[in-house]
Amino acid sequence: MPIIKVENLSKVFGKNIKAALQSAEAGKTKEEILKETGSTVGVNRASFEVEAGEIFVIMGLSGSGKSTLVRLINRLIEPTTGDVYIDGENLAKMDKKELRRVRRQKLSMVFQRFGLFPNRTILQNAEYGLEVQGLSKQERSEKAKSSLELVGLGSYLDQYPGQLSGGMQQRVGLARALANDPEVMLMDEAFSALDPLIRKDMQDELLDLQETMKKTILFITHDLDEALRIGDRIALMKDGNIVQIGTPEEILMSPANSYVEKFVEDVDRAKVLTAQQIMKRPETVNIEKHGPRVALERMREAGLSSILVVDSKRVLQGIVTADAANEARKNEVKNLSEIIQRDVPTVEKDTPLHDLFAVIHDSPVPLAVTENGKLLGIIVRGAVIGALAGEGEVNENA
Amino acid sequence: MLNFMENVEAIPVSDWTANFVSWLTDTFAFLFDPIKDGLGDLMDVITSGLDAIPPVIFILLVAILAFFMTGRKFGLAVFSIVGLLFIWNQGLWDQLIDTFTLVLTSSILCIIIGIPIGILMSKSKIAQTIITPILDFMQTMPAFVYLIPAVAFFSIGVVPGIFASLIFATPPTVRFTNLGIRQVSEELVEAADAFGSTGPQKLFKVELPMAKYTIMAGINQTVMLALSMVVIASMIGAPGLGREVLSSLQRAQVGPGFVAGLSIVVLAIIIDRFTQNIYKDRSK
Repeated sequence: MPIIKVENLSKVFGKNIKAALQSAEAGKTKEEILKETGSTVGVNRASFEVEAGEIFVIMGLSGSGKSTLVRLINRLIEPTTGDVYIDGENLAKMDKKELRRVRRQKLSMVFQRFGLFPNRTILQNAEYGLEVQGLSKQERSEKAKSSLELVGLGSYLDQYPGQLSGGMQQRVGLARALANDPEVMLMDEAFSALDPLIRKDMQDELLDLQETMKKTILFITHDLDEALRIGDRIALMKDGNIVQIGTPEEILMSPANSYVEKFVEDVDRAKVLTAQQIMKRPETVNIEKHGPRVALERMREAGLSSILVVDSKRVLQGIVTADAANEARKNEVKNLSEIIQRDVPTVEKDTPLHDLFAVIHDSPVPLAVTENGKLLGIIVRGAVIGALAGEGEVNENA
Repeated sequence: MLNFMENVEAIPVSDWTANFVSWLTDTFAFLFDPIKDGLGDLMDVITSGLDAIPPVIFILLVAILAFFMTGRKFGLAVFSIVGLLFIWNQGLWDQLIDTFTLVLTSSILCIIIGIPIGILMSKSKIAQTIITPILDFMQTMPAFVYLIPAVAFFSIGVVPGIFASLIFATPPTVRFTNLGIRQVSEELVEAADAFGSTGPQKLFKVELPMAKYTIMAGINQTVMLALSMVVIASMIGAPGLGREVLSSLQRAQVGPGFVAGLSIVVLAIIIDRFTQNIYKDRSK
């Protein structure tokens, strides 16, 4: 069961709400509706589901409604119509007391400008969510301390937010959000106010934390690179509508319409695509079964000058060149292990394209792509260049 | 033709008001009397308490407090010593204490009444729409006018003086409380809400602490306005430095009038600097 389920969620700002909703349903654009009714459609019938443990990114330019959408989910903004289910409970229909309970126990939020209380120390900031729940002083201080330690701020407990750098302040924001152990974390442009280097560090740290915490994260951003970097799935918004939902690869490789296409055209594909997505099925020989003769045969069939060698479990053993195999056949060598070169250029399957250049540019043989030593595929130079040019020879099932 | 107003009878606003006030006086006499007695007693206690402190000790205490409140600086402390010694020297010490009691009591009442109203205004658009013009009215109506119903309700003395000060001096506290809370950054309010704060939790843990400097600026204004009522309140029998000014005026005595006026200025400066420093944000 999805942990967040949003159904037909809409928000209209202004007076003529009914008329605006009807026009929106009739498919009119945000501007037309504003002209006709004087009301602004913030979010128009958004529907999506987020699975537990997923990082779901909502991405769009300013004015696209993404910040409104995230506030509809924890009802900082009241929805006009539609439903929001968190863990099966409909937030849009509950009374204030119930809503408070859900906000305290299941949802927490990280803000663009950190939203820290300047009159409270770092520890008191991290404690806030627990304090309003009425936890004892000792209990909340323990929990807040451990979540501050998690983000590497264990020694700043008595400082005030104003004394910390932007990156550190946002760590406090993160610690505060983690302290009450929520199921869902809403992150509204959480890293957008940070400078690029710090932003990248924070993204890495979030991914690291996510490895162990397995929270469900709804991440809002206007930065496509960020979305592609951290998102398991991405929803692209424009003028209050969700235009496309998909994995980063789907968004990049099969844009739903010209808007998405335009959006992704400047993306640095080298940072997004991974080895796994551009590799090809490898020709191999099995070191336990085959000899030089089979190796030579297969190379000739595929038109190759070398071939990768694996064992029965497909663990990569090395490479055999045509010259060596020919020599071995003449000398009646039966076993491949005598002519194998163990030293093969190898990359892990999730290595970004960007990092392949250095390895591949002076390698005479294709790169082997492995996962825990097992051979998955090979990469030839042409595939790298093709992928960079946006030619869609990408493994959809990767 | 142009003078058609000659034939129109005056709308009896003044009669209505007079009737309304006398109706109020009769109907709520059971309320006004205890208030008058209670406040009168309270002020007697404060005055006699302050009177019991010998002037030297009092001046020293003020100076020490001034020294620490201004962040260990000598300016205000020295000024307090010189100014208060001057007032004592001029034989106006008792009047000073009376005036101080009047200002203190009315300021505290203004704060007690003003802050909750300010909070209400900040939370409700309707309340703000209703209360704002009332505050404008309270502040622009000449302060003397409040003396008339004040006397009707509480007869003459110090209590009607406080009543008049209350009406005149409360608005800044209300306005600044409202403003301070509305100025709290939206993200902090959202943060408070997002973590499941109740209304009072949000108010006391986030909004009031964030608004306190603005509210203090309003309180400072309120105290100054209460002090400015001192002379006016003396017209209905409130004791203190104001009465000295008033009697000098009635007898056309420039010298005593100037001395009493100067004493009020000294008191005003000391009170102003004190209230400014209570919540000064030294972290900036």
